[in-house]
Amino acid sequence: MKRIALLGMPNTGKSTLFNRITGGAARVGNWPGITVELLSGKILLGGDMVEIIDLPGIYDLHGFSDDEQVVRHFLHDNVPDLALVILNATQIERQMSLLLQLKQLNMNAVVLLNMADEAKKYGISVDSRKMSELLGMPIFLLSGKYGTGYPEAMQAVTKALRYPTPGMAELLRSQLEQDEHIEAEMARVMKHAVQIPAQLPENLTEKLDHVMLHPWLGLPIFFFIMYLLFQGVFLLGQPLQAGVAEMLTWLREVALEPALSGLPAMLNGLLLDGVYNGVATVAAFVPLIVLFFLFMAMVEDSGYLSRAAFLMDVLMARLGLDGRGFVMLLMGFGCNVPALMGTRVMRSRAMRLLTMLVIPFSLCSARLQVFVFITAALFSPNAAPVVLFSLYLFSFAAAILTALLFKSKFQNSEPFVLELPPYRFPTTRQIVMRGWQEIQHFLRRATKFIIAGVVLVWLLTNLPPSATPASSDTLAGIIGSLLHPIFAPLGINEQLTIALIFGFVAKEIVIGSLAVIYGLSGEALGGALGQQLDWVQGYSFMLFTLIYTPCLSAIATLRSESKNLGYTLFSIGWSLTLAWLASFAFYQGARALGY
Amino acid sequence: MPSTNLTMPSTTLATLQPGEFATIAAIHADKALHQRLLALGFRSGKQVELIRKAIFSGPLQVRIGTTDILLRRSEAAKIMVCKT
Ligand SMILES: Nc1nc2c(ncn2[C@@H]2O[C@H](COP(=O)(O)OP(=O)(O)O)[C@@H](O)[C@H]2O)c(=O)[nH]1
Ligand SMILES: [Mg+2]
Repeated sequence: MKRIALLGMPNTGKSTLFNRITGGAARVGNWPGITVELLSGKILLGGDMVEIIDLPGIYDLHGFSDDEQVVRHFLHDNVPDLALVILNATQIERQMSLLLQLKQLNMNAVVLLNMADEAKKYGISVDSRKMSELLGMPIFLLSGKYGTGYPEAMQAVTKALRYPTPGMAELLRSQLEQDEHIEAEMARVMKHAVQIPAQLPENLTEKLDHVMLHPWLGLPIFFFIMYLLFQGVFLLGQPLQAGVAEMLTWLREVALEPALSGLPAMLNGLLLDGVYNGVATVAAFVPLIVLFFLFMAMVEDSGYLSRAAFLMDVLMARLGLDGRGFVMLLMGFGCNVPALMGTRVMRSRAMRLLTMLVIPFSLCSARLQVFVFITAALFSPNAAPVVLFSLYLFSFAAAILTALLFKSKFQNSEPFVLELPPYRFPTTRQIVMRGWQEIQHFLRRATKFIIAGVVLVWLLTNLPPSATPASSDTLAGIIGSLLHPIFAPLGINEQLTIALIFGFVAKEIVIGSLAVIYGLSGEALGGALGQQLDWVQGYSFMLFTLIYTPCLSAIATLRSESKNLGYTLFSIGWSLTLAWLASFAFYQGARALGY
Repeated sequence: MPSTNLTMPSTTLATLQPGEFATIAAIHADKALHQRLLALGFRSGKQVELIRKAIFSGPLQVRIGTTDILLRRSEAAKIMVCKT
């Protein structure tokens, strides 16, 4: 099968174009370093099946960071039949250096000048015909986001695929000489084919940045935006979650209970109280998760992440990290796994490891489910969103403390140089796509972990058959009482302890397993928790859940990204220790103060 | 490495004030950083504008052509410029 690779600098729209070509679901974001892995898709082009590969961005062919190496290795091992070189048309002046480097590899290539819409807005005009002539390569102007110019470009791609790459020249050697050559060549092409206005008109980005990056207001605005977002997620998402939960309970009563009433009691219990209660409780969070990721998509695509890096870099530098590390923490709010992988853009291994040590404290969307449920059950409607926000602050605090304690072990002198893209707004298509991706991701996890998890919880709370379900004679009761000495000082009871054990695998299971343990779902479960726990116990439980480790997938990622078992174990051990200490300090402190 | 412009007194990018323009004269960075800077558009002879500085000696925002770049003052100090 013929193979087409997408090559270009970070944030030039490669993944956007990949999605358009393949109908695929590569993650898109206005931040250099969203894509750190290969992603491939197949399409029918000119009568043949063709494989398209989305690659991480590269600044040049000799890059030193891990994500750039992914690309270099790929090119070494699999010479593509066609390289689609993607440049940002508004930055053509700068990005042409990569094009010229690639040109020297003598690959079969088609050049796409992306973001034609933005170039037009800035008054930059590119004569692609003339440029083609000067460089001797097919060059097209298009907008991957809005689709203009796309059909013509794809025609050219189909045509070019008939003349596959003749074989790859040795990688460039004497860098300096060639760079001089490249500079002359760049100047020639720029002069004849590109016109850039001397002074760009003051645009929306600059106006917004006057406020967003204001020396004194920048940080307060940042925290205010965060506060509004989480408040929004809670106020819109919590009722949605409760509504869906109610619907699912209703479904159980009117349809499932009558349908399954003929089954033996044990099996009936396993299916209804185990699988259905557990899964339904978790599934009720789907709308909340989608809503959360729609917000997340907007933030990621807006370009605000780079602004956050600018605002927070000073503080992060004190912690041995940099602004990008902060952005990874923010991305971790969605899911820790891609955030951990996102650290590949860092060249210094020490900084990468330190960043990966703090990312697991980032309050991911799975933990958010637990907290939304418990805060709604234990706090008044006015207090709940504030309590939720306080957990985000604790999440930062745990990360900061960890970095402070261990920065001397991970000393580094990684330079901080980062592109600041303009503000952009996602199209409806991009937003819908992101929501859909997250539902799929959720369903995959659900089938993998959640069903198995809740079944296991049900068995633990119902076996041996002689024991009264959920009593202290069941397996769960025995495990709970074994661990009681560890968790009692934190105000965490035996039922919650069982939920925590399963939460180690995935946080989605925590509420699901509570549903199974209490044999209740939805509002009834919330009510039971509210009866049994006071707010100090509830908060202590949430603190522990926040800190003690994200999930098995995150641990696996930590291991594969660090390639170091000792480091991975250290990370887990430290998280568990910190979780215990934080909950202990909170619980005993609050009790000592008389709460 | 690009040669220093000898006709004008040069200073470093880190000393510019917001709104000031300068021409890049030389880059004194190790190879890896030098390459990254080149790819981001830092080449001798190019004009650069300092857009803003973060408080507490935080990073700088500079503009070269149509690209905006954030960098720390320590990195900016490795870039020699002539004020224009
Ligand atoms: N205005 C505009 N924005 C685009 C276009 N193509 C991509 N983008 C945006 O540019 C950013 C980077 O896109 P992405 O596909 O993640 O780039 P990659 O890093 O090269 O894969 C995202 O915010 C996209 O929405 C385009 O043609 N026009
Ligand atoms: Mg990408």
